Amino acid sequence: MSTAVEQRQPPRVSGGTGDNGHLDELRVDPITLLNRVRSECGDVGIFRLADRDVVLLSGADANEFFFRAPEEILDQAEAYPFMTPVFGEGVVFDAPPERRREMLHNQALRDKFMRGHAATIADEVESMVAGWDEEGEIDLLDWFAELTIYTSSACLIGKRFRSELDKRFAELYHDLEQGTDAIAYVDPYAPIESFRRRDAARVGLVKLVEGIMERRAAGAPSTDDERDLLDVLMSIKNEDGSDRFSADEITGMFISMMFAGHHTTSGTAAWTLIELLRNQDELAAVDHELAELYAGGTEVSYQALREMPRLESAIKEALRLHPPLILLLRVAKEDLEFGGFSIRAGQMVGASPSVSNRIAEDFPDADTFQPARYLDPREEDRSNPWTWIPFGAGRHRCVGAAFAMMQLKAIFSVLLLDWEFELSQPSDTYRNDHSKMVVQLQQPCAVRYRRRAVPLSAGTTGGAG
Amino acid sequence: MHVQVDLDLCQGHGVCESEAPAVFELGKNASVTVLQPDPPEALRTAVEAAVRFCPTSALRINEEE
Repeated sequence: MSTAVEQRQPPRVSGGTGDNGHLDELRVDPITLLNRVRSECGDVGIFRLADRDVVLLSGADANEFFFRAPEEILDQAEAYPFMTPVFGEGVVFDAPPERRREMLHNQALRDKFMRGHAATIADEVESMVAGWDEEGEIDLLDWFAELTIYTSSACLIGKRFRSELDKRFAELYHDLEQGTDAIAYVDPYAPIESFRRRDAARVGLVKLVEGIMERRAAGAPSTDDERDLLDVLMSIKNEDGSDRFSADEITGMFISMMFAGHHTTSGTAAWTLIELLRNQDELAAVDHELAELYAGGTEVSYQALREMPRLESAIKEALRLHPPLILLLRVAKEDLEFGGFSIRAGQMVGASPSVSNRIAEDFPDADTFQPARYLDPREEDRSNPWTWIPFGAGRHRCVGAAFAMMQLKAIFSVLLLDWEFELSQPSDTYRNDHSKMVVQLQQPCAVRYRRRAVPLSAGTTGGAG
Repeated sequence: MHVQVDLDLCQGHGVCESEAPAVFELGKNASVTVLQPDPPEALRTAVEAAVRFCPTSALRINEEE
């Protein structure tokens, strides 16, 4: 065992000699930087983010240390300064684990609400494809980002609020997500274009919500069936009878509630489709699974909660290869030791899904799309709980993971039963844009769709193509 | 069989309670309470389903104890 005397500083990764350390590389090619930390330094290595060290941990043991650490030791609240201008001052990025458990327990994400959510999501997909021609082309980023604005607002805030939104909300929300340049580690209000657009988008969203609130206040009250979270928040008054929450505060709450599940689900839906189209054998297996499940004419709301091993495995594999969050961060609140290395109070500590999800010892042929790795008996997600980490792990593991899986299963049930897809671009031109902390698909990212001559549920996996 | 919960991992999703209500209960603070740490064999199928479908892999069956 190491003693305090024997502890060494973790090794530092090459590069990063400029004033801002590795910040510029993180803004251009973060995956290469993060992988280089592991290849040069091993499980514990340091890169420099502006004026702070980031101790990057990887591998099962180091990740377990990271994900098990309590808030008092590795704090999340300070680690994401780029989120404050997005949510607004005073709206916290994340609640402590105890509070997260309570919210989960009491609210929308609980197991017993899932079936209703599945029906809502299926309806939202149906209403988006209702606008399609018999064949055409969509941009994956625009299309899934708009869809997931509708699904997350309907499920988390309420159907009435969802019905009061249109494409403008999705477009402004996209500008917010694009306003997460890592330069925020130097100055969250730096005078750059993406931050100006971010701030204008937040003002625009507050205006939209304010308009909705004014129309509700002037119109007939919601019926019991319609009553949603916005009605509840509007009904809360101060002692003098004035409104407890302003439009600005309510918008901040809604932005933060929707944030974690929006770009993540949108990106995963897009990557699942891209990978299935790149791997036609896997697509055929998923089509076959859906054809059998839906042959009896069952509802999506029922099936989406049941096991769909082939589709679930394809989604998990898209998540492993293209995790929506590439770097999870904390701030060390006291001096720590891991693996004989010292971590000092005030240093940032990170874990990277992009790096850990592709560790070759845990995931054979780590760079290839192989949904079979999740099937019995390999089950590489369950057997690697600390390195299969698209949803994180431990105390801060994504509380929406089950919701996200259900949502993706519902989306692909609706899409694949009635439609066929085809890549519009050369396969290797689909890639992520890593210039912001919120990773999104790089445009153009188009696919073609065509209505199936015979729906899958009619009992055949056939069709042109 | 002996049931173990890793409370660092439990987030209170309640899937185990749905699968095996005789063995698991969500407490007031929303993390799980094991009502029967050593459940009878008759409940094995239900307990195994709870372990398998726990969204955070917080449950284990230890056969030794």
